[in-house]
Amino acid sequence: MTDNLRAPLAFTFMGILLALVGFTQSWSVSLSIINLCLISSIMAIGVNLQWGYGGLFNAGVMGFTALGGLTAVLVSYDPVYEAWDKAGIGILISAIVLIVSITLILFAYRNISSPQFRNTSIILIIIVAILGINNFYGPSIDIIESINPARTGFLGGLGLPIVFSWVIAAFVAGLVAWVIGRLTLRLRSDYLAIATLGISEIVIAIVKHEDWLSRGVKNVSGLDRPVPYEIELQQSEWFINLVERINYGTLDSLQTVSSRQDLLNDLIIVSSGVFVKLCYAGLFLSVLLLIFYLSHLALNSPWGRMLRAIRDNEEAASAMGKNIFAQHLQIFMIGSAIIGIAGAMLTTLDGQFTPGSYRPLRFTFIIWLMVIVGGSGNNLGSIFGGFFVWFIWIEAEPLSIGFMNLLASGFEYDNPIRMHLLGSAAHLRLFIMGLLLLLALRFMPRGVIPERIQKK
Amino acid sequence: MDNFELINALVLISNFVLIPALSYGSQLALATLSLTIIYGVLRFSNFAQADWMSFGTMTTILFTWYLQSLGITGGFLPTALIALPFAIIITALFCLLIDRSVYSFYRKKKSPPIVLMIVSVGVMFILQAIVRFVIGPNDRKFFDGEKFIIHALDFKDYFGLSEGLTIKSTQLITFIVAIIAMVSLFYFLQRTKMGKSMRAYSNNEDLALLSGINPERVVLITWVIASALITTAGVLYGLDKSFKPFTYFNLLLPMFAAAIVGGIGSPIGAVIGGYVIAFSEITLTYAYKKFFIYLLPESLEPSGLMQVLSTDYKFAISFIILVIVLIVRPTGIVRGKII
Repeated sequence: MTDNLRAPLAFTFMGILLALVGFTQSWSVSLSIINLCLISSIMAIGVNLQWGYGGLFNAGVMGFTALGGLTAVLVSYDPVYEAWDKAGIGILISAIVLIVSITLILFAYRNISSPQFRNTSIILIIIVAILGINNFYGPSIDIIESINPARTGFLGGLGLPIVFSWVIAAFVAGLVAWVIGRLTLRLRSDYLAIATLGISEIVIAIVKHEDWLSRGVKNVSGLDRPVPYEIELQQSEWFINLVERINYGTLDSLQTVSSRQDLLNDLIIVSSGVFVKLCYAGLFLSVLLLIFYLSHLALNSPWGRMLRAIRDNEEAASAMGKNIFAQHLQIFMIGSAIIGIAGAMLTTLDGQFTPGSYRPLRFTFIIWLMVIVGGSGNNLGSIFGGFFVWFIWIEAEPLSIGFMNLLASGFEYDNPIRMHLLGSAAHLRLFIMGLLLLLALRFMPRGVIPERIQKK
Repeated sequence: MDNFELINALVLISNFVLIPALSYGSQLALATLSLTIIYGVLRFSNFAQADWMSFGTMTTILFTWYLQSLGITGGFLPTALIALPFAIIITALFCLLIDRSVYSFYRKKKSPPIVLMIVSVGVMFILQAIVRFVIGPNDRKFFDGEKFIIHALDFKDYFGLSEGLTIKSTQLITFIVAIIAMVSLFYFLQRTKMGKSMRAYSNNEDLALLSGINPERVVLITWVIASALITTAGVLYGLDKSFKPFTYFNLLLPMFAAAIVGGIGSPIGAVIGGYVIAFSEITLTYAYKKFFIYLLPESLEPSGLMQVLSTDYKFAISFIILVIVLIVRPTGIVRGKII
């Protein structure tokens, strides 16, 4: 098989799989899988830029996803004015103290030459900062968290449309990536992985436990939506007409008016769900195409070639006068920003922000699997990986339950072995994922759609 | 302030900080030793380490149940200690199977460490699936035998203090087993021929091959020793607290933190790192209010909890230490490997 045919074949195969789900389960299920596939593809592109083009192993994908989700909340949720009135000042002062002390520490670290004097002054600054922050921070968060704790109990957000948060999430994630990158990108590859894994856990710990900021494990639900609500659709004239026109044939074949009306009502309810998902899919697809197009342009420019040169031979690139660290930092920030966008989109789709649901398995390692299976170094491959792996991740559960039923069919109904087999079917999904990763690494190390190296 | 107050304060600190940290530190040190040996000899960061620990503990629990069903128990000691050697054998065999079918391919190809690390992520998924499939994701207690060596109430009555000291038997067992394991490991590495060839292989693969060391044998011994260490660590942790696959998975980062703080690839560093991480986790999140109430005159008594970090961040502490060490001194306390 030539390399040129791989991508169209892979995507046709994916399309057939999704259509199969549409015909056998329902189009609504198929569309929800597609929506998450689209988001996963965006994440995979972000990781692919870092790993496939930059050679950086970022194991902190989960952290950036959560940052994106947090941004979605902070941008779209209405501000809680009462909390701002009573305790906003305290939080602002603590933030200012924090920023000033970090600046002072950096200043001291760079400009004081005597190590003894430098270390004592840094420790002094830290102590003063902690005392200062404790004075304002603790009481303020107590006040904020006591205001209507069942519904808000946090500062709220800016009250802007949630789509804005997708852009802002890119900046937030990029900014955090800048800080993390400055700290960790000089490390060796596997140290970088461990460090980013640790940092992402720190991010999750903060999001989970700083209730004044994110409501923590109490979750934020009822975020506004960029698409219409099903209920509104079901009551609007144009939508009813549209459904009527599409299903004209089936509706006309019915004899009585009442059965016609019943069928129409059912159709309207089903189609409103499908319509909402289609709207999301349209939004996500346009973001995906935009990101894909932009990264395609960037990676085929001299800048992209330089990145690949650095990845393949750091010493040579460095000898050519390229600043390795600065380029790594750039691509790390860009990749993380893309992951941040996907994180905000995910929270938008869910309509809620649940810090407790961020697990490294789901948000870091699965994304890595997508990049490796799809083909690292090829964005088209990452998109395919995003679709394929997410599809398997979702469909693995019904498949393993079916498989277990088959295994257990020889036993009597209440046999303990049968019960155990059926009860633990869900864990087979992890097994399938691991097997997929090992098989891909062993037999298809360059992925389904490998990197294309153009020789001119 | 009289002497009793001082003694009370000391008892309080030993009960809530010193003893828990010592036993957690010993468990972590054993687990980290396993990680660091794999890193030193096989040259990759093994992400499957924590789930490997679950696997070993699970095997031990299964053996414990089997022994209990036969009516064999350890008397005042936990039955799991009798089951442990059998479990180590099974775990080591399983590891060798994985090594033959998965890792050895990349070792022969001389793949870069990062590829082996990604491979270990795949193994991690599979181990997780197996553990959850066999024993389920729930919390399991498998401790039996005598629970306490010193009970807080008895201690209070005996010494007439207002603070009690509790020593659980698992804490003492942890400490003794850990010391035995560490001493025999260091004896093995320093004194025996096999241990020396392992260190030689870890230090310089080519030179070791030239001097006639059989690499496959070194790899085999490494997996066996690492399995023994990780299973022991997992069982001790599980006896002390309880066994739950997700909790064990969460020990992965503290293990890495301990290995890197101590200097990855260095066994002595792993032990130091384990205790450093354990002590920092516990000392930084303990509320010292009562301690200061005993020590300070009434006028100076603290009003807050006197806690450096809230217990919410207990797990984050090891990550924070990890990140700081990686930035400030990536070689660790004892200079480890930097390939």
